[in-house]
Amino acid sequence: MEPVHPPAIHRNSMVSVDPKQSAASPVIEVVGLQKSYGSLTAVDGVSFEVQRGEIFGLIGPNGAGKTTTMECVEGHRRPDSGKIRVLGLDPVRQGRELQKRIGVQHQDAQLQKRIKVWEAVDLWASLYEAVMDTDLLLEQLGLTEKRNAWFMTLSGGQKQRLFIALALIHDPEIVFLDELTTGLDPQARRAIWSLVTGIRDRGKTVFLTTHLMEEAERLCDRVAIIEHGKLIEMDAPAALVTKHCPQRGVVFSSDTAGVREAVEGIEGLTELSAEGEVYTLLGTGDNFVSGVLDAISQNQIRVRDFRTEMPTLEDVFLKLTGHAIRD
Amino acid sequence: MLKGFWKLTWVEVKIFVREPMGVIGTLAIPVVLFIVLGKLFQSDAVLGVQMPAGFTAPFNVAVFASVFIAVGAVLSLVAIMSIYREGGILKRLRATPLSPLTILGSHVAVKLLFTALGLAALVLAGKRLLPGLLDVPLLSFSVAVLFSTLSILSVGFVIASLVPTARFAQPVGSAIIYPMVAISGLFFPLAALSDGMQLFANLLPVTHAVGLMDGVWAGGDWLALWPHVLGLLVVFAVFSALSAKVFRWE
Repeated sequence: MEPVHPPAIHRNSMVSVDPKQSAASPVIEVVGLQKSYGSLTAVDGVSFEVQRGEIFGLIGPNGAGKTTTMECVEGHRRPDSGKIRVLGLDPVRQGRELQKRIGVQHQDAQLQKRIKVWEAVDLWASLYEAVMDTDLLLEQLGLTEKRNAWFMTLSGGQKQRLFIALALIHDPEIVFLDELTTGLDPQARRAIWSLVTGIRDRGKTVFLTTHLMEEAERLCDRVAIIEHGKLIEMDAPAALVTKHCPQRGVVFSSDTAGVREAVEGIEGLTELSAEGEVYTLLGTGDNFVSGVLDAISQNQIRVRDFRTEMPTLEDVFLKLTGHAIRD
Repeated sequence: MLKGFWKLTWVEVKIFVREPMGVIGTLAIPVVLFIVLGKLFQSDAVLGVQMPAGFTAPFNVAVFASVFIAVGAVLSLVAIMSIYREGGILKRLRATPLSPLTILGSHVAVKLLFTALGLAALVLAGKRLLPGLLDVPLLSFSVAVLFSTLSILSVGFVIASLVPTARFAQPVGSAIIYPMVAISGLFFPLAALSDGMQLFANLLPVTHAVGLMDGVWAGGDWLALWPHVLGLLVVFAVFSALSAKVFRWE
């Protein structure tokens, strides 16, 4: 997805930032964001930064305040209090300038039922000074065959791909994607995921929300967990798992005698249970799994089946909030 | 500010004609209404007396059909804007450099285009089927209809900006527009109203629309009809400004 007219796109001096400088400077800064609707506090003192070139995910259950937070950052909602800077701009006061430099995919926004795919792309392209090659964009998003189709006839996945195309058309520096894959089948979801990593690989920053933990884990460089309007934890998914759910599981089955004695002394073992020939070992530490493997090989234990169970972001969420995210 | 105006307008025209029922409703129904009513009131049987040559109905059928077209355009604008808002289409457009004014302007342009087409269809059919009836300054009359439609559309902007849902838009739009038509002088002279009601009626755009159309139809000069022109202009200015203030994206 290379821009076809890179010089045109970088003509604006504000767009071209010294890479050395940009590596350390956040493109989004949010401090103490507060937003209420009547008596309902949707966002309650949220602070975070997003770095250039990363995929940053706001994760949490529906109604946690993800979309409100994102819309405040985009400049589409006015915060009650708090400070927001996006690309150094104030989203409320410098909203028009900001809209030219960000791409937005809203969760519940649609298009005219009978607009054709190419017409939507053409209309969007006409609104910006420098745009990507729209034919190439449609091709890369797998929409070339649907050029002449009405919006209402597209599948869910095709609609989302079109929305991504519209969000990318002006080659924005930051792309906002709100619940992008909700309601899509697993195959369409995977296709969208590879598109999103493709956006990052082109040096763009991606800010997304999702309530799908697998999506967050696969896509995001860093995630912020938000619940009841409060940001409760933020880090790389793997770091969060290591921090909050260090326990790993090893499950194997064996008919060899003396398994229990062989594995009892393994470093980091916290729990051992056996059900017939199936043994379940729980433990912590980086050496735990290799300790199990060593014990199996040294004691010549014949293993018919072996698997490890790693905790996921889902487990982290459960531990931090006391409930599963889909509740 | 007008970035994307022509493209959006053209896209909206194409989208509109892709819904055949909407096109039939906009272009064919006023013509049928005009011809049927025209024939009916030209016949002696309806009123039971011999009518003088030329126009004979208890109200001006051409003005009636034109008001029908204008009102249809306004209600259609209200419906479309509320559907766009409820469906999140406006929300998506918001994330672009398009301004609310451009979006409203495009829809107004589409409505005016189809009003003009409806009027043309009316004239073509009338010339053939109602001989003699349309021997009036047609160009001037058409301009009066379009100008009136624009003014009434501005009231539509405000309704469209305020109604919360698409289903609610239809009855609210009708409830505001139809009473305006009823006391506009289209069906009975304004003089039949009490003084207070006459004053009220003169604040409404439909009254001035009917006044202007009637006047132009009768061969009146635009300069002589200035109170109606001014009335329509004031309504347009006030309600356009108001709609820019009350416009909601979602």
